[in-house]
Amino acid sequence: MTGVADRRGGAGRGAASPPAVDLMDVTKHFGAVEAVRGVNLRIEPGEVVAFLGPNGAGKTTTIDMVLGLTEPSAGDVEVYGSEPRDAVRKGLVSAVMQSGGLLKDLTVAETVAYTAHLFTDTRPPAEVLERAGITSIAGRLVGKCSGGEQQRLRFAMALLPDPDLLLLDEPTQGMDVEGRRSFWAAIRRDAQAGRTIVFATHYLEEADAYADRVVLMRKGEIVADGTASEVKALASGRTVRASLPDACEEALRAISGVDRVEIRGESILVHCTDSDAVARYLLTQTRARDLEITALGLEEAFLALTSAEPGQPLAGAGTGRATDHQTRSRSRTEPRSDIEPYSDHQARSDIEPRSDHQARSDHQARSHIEPRSDHQARSDIEPRSGDGSRAGRRDLRR
Amino acid sequence: MSTPPAVHDPARRASPPLGGFKVALVRLEVRRLLRNRRTIVFTIVVPVLFFLLFGLNSAYASRAVGRGNVSAFIMISMALYGAVLATSSGGAMVSVERLAGWSRQLRITPLQPAAYIAIKMATSLVLGLAAVLAVYTAGILTHKPSMPAELWVATGAALWIGSLLFAAFGLFVGYLLPSENVMQVIGFALMLFSFGGGLFIPLSQFSHPLRVLATYTPLYGLNELVHYPLVQGAFDWTWTANLVAWLVIFTAGATWRFRKDTARI
Ligand SMILES: Nc1ncnc2c1ncn2[C@@H]1O[C@H](COP(=O)(O)OP(=O)(O)OP(=O)(O)O)[C@@H](O)[C@H]1O
Ligand SMILES: [Mg+2]
Repeated sequence: MTGVADRRGGAGRGAASPPAVDLMDVTKHFGAVEAVRGVNLRIEPGEVVAFLGPNGAGKTTTIDMVLGLTEPSAGDVEVYGSEPRDAVRKGLVSAVMQSGGLLKDLTVAETVAYTAHLFTDTRPPAEVLERAGITSIAGRLVGKCSGGEQQRLRFAMALLPDPDLLLLDEPTQGMDVEGRRSFWAAIRRDAQAGRTIVFATHYLEEADAYADRVVLMRKGEIVADGTASEVKALASGRTVRASLPDACEEALRAISGVDRVEIRGESILVHCTDSDAVARYLLTQTRARDLEITALGLEEAFLALTSAEPGQPLAGAGTGRATDHQTRSRSRTEPRSDIEPYSDHQARSDIEPRSDHQARSDHQARSHIEPRSDHQARSDIEPRSGDGSRAGRRDLRR
Repeated sequence: MSTPPAVHDPARRASPPLGGFKVALVRLEVRRLLRNRRTIVFTIVVPVLFFLLFGLNSAYASRAVGRGNVSAFIMISMALYGAVLATSSGGAMVSVERLAGWSRQLRITPLQPAAYIAIKMATSLVLGLAAVLAVYTAGILTHKPSMPAELWVATGAALWIGSLLFAAFGLFVGYLLPSENVMQVIGFALMLFSFGGGLFIPLSQFSHPLRVLATYTPLYGLNELVHYPLVQGAFDWTWTANLVAWLVIFTAGATWRFRKDTARI
């Protein structure tokens, strides 16, 4: 994805250009439900970012906060350096919502015309209808349009203000194959022109094919943040199964590339990225038998990544590393890590003390990739890092 | 396919004037309203029918009231009924729009909440004007109502502008009851208010306690005021007090619910 760096090189140069989206320690709860928990995310102009995560992960809530539809319970949201509401007022941001947002008793063309009148300066309505592929149904009442047609209409409306930042919440939901293809073709053209695009999706292929960067959410937290191929690499772990009486969990965890160990009676399940190392260890150092290695499919791996218990590091150990506030503040010259899977529970152990112990022991066990413990990190660095360190994190992605 | 747009300079963008209020938007809103047959029957056909049923009695045409006749008096009442139905329906549209997520969609556009309310008010007034014109046209065509020409204009204008009070009522109810059935509630409430205001039956025919109660209902003051140019006689300041009090109540209620709504989620 060299285009990203190129575009960002143009847009990101100079201190004058603020990030398109800047979420700073953002938390949102609805009563007892913690929809978003301490999310830090900076999106630079020109990036195409996919939000992935299971139902209820907090994708829509995050997007709503960027749009100013929802106020964060704590933390700050900035869009192009200003309040989300201001950015919306200027037509800098528009969105395709996950549901609703249409009037049944207007026609497709009227809906677009209505929206066009709300902005000072828009693309011609005929043009956006064409780009969304709904010119032929322009005269139809919205209430009579199919789900996919309504989704295309939402897309047309979002294109009208010619926004710098386009947020799409499951934009292709309900679209047929052709609709999806032409939708993404239009998005790709926009992205090439330098528009910042953030989309939430449940289609891994879409994230894979169209996003420069994939942000994986689970239970209100960002658990991984990297390019699509990095997330795939992270996700494509393997499972080694074997029968081993009296297995020592600590020893298994110490093997390079092991993420997770399950012991069920005499059988053991080791999730890892380096299955050779695990197999070699099991066959040479233990009495393990009936050894079996299975590769995870992309979807299974996604599930594994997003369903792990909070506090459990999700590192694809071989190449990745768990991020914490310290990794984000590494200097610009340091080589980029491939992926930044992280659990904020580690970093925010002051808030979540119960996961602290586990997190620490994990870090010790995987000390070859995590030379510093979080406690040390936290003792000498500001958890809410300033702009310099945030820039550092961004640079990692270059 | 056209060439993709270039990225804008954020500083170059401006918010629209008047918070986004535009006549073109009112026009689209009116077109929406006209598409809703139930609204049309409710606000235009029914008041005309009421006028034809109750206002054309030949005895009414010969009996004088102030500067006109009873038929003209009833025409004004029915036009008021139609106008307040129209404006409250217009206000209550917000209920359906919230349900459809349209209000939310509007919040990601530069349209200011106050401008949105102004659009709703203006749309309500257009429908209200249609209701007034329909009843007055029926009056002209049937030749029964009689009053000086300037009173047709004065009473028509007064009740049209006065019906704005019920746009606030419609907004209040529309924000209060998030359901598609809000129109039934409005229809029922306005029927009660119309009896209370003396639009259907003169208040003099009510028993004393009921008559006193009626003077506190929201249509009482407005109804008396719009008939005043025709009826003449002593001016009662309680009419104005009634109108102002209900205007304050409905506006405060609508503002309160509206604030809650925009702060929502
Ligand atoms: N208005 C609300 N009131 C109460 N809880 C809410 C509200 N909105 C969202 N939630 C809860 O917050 C959590 C996150 O919801 P959100 O809609 O952000 O998830 P999502 O990642 O978009 O899921 P999906 O993939 O299903 O769209 C869920 O548990 C949801 O039930
Ligand atoms: Mg969602």
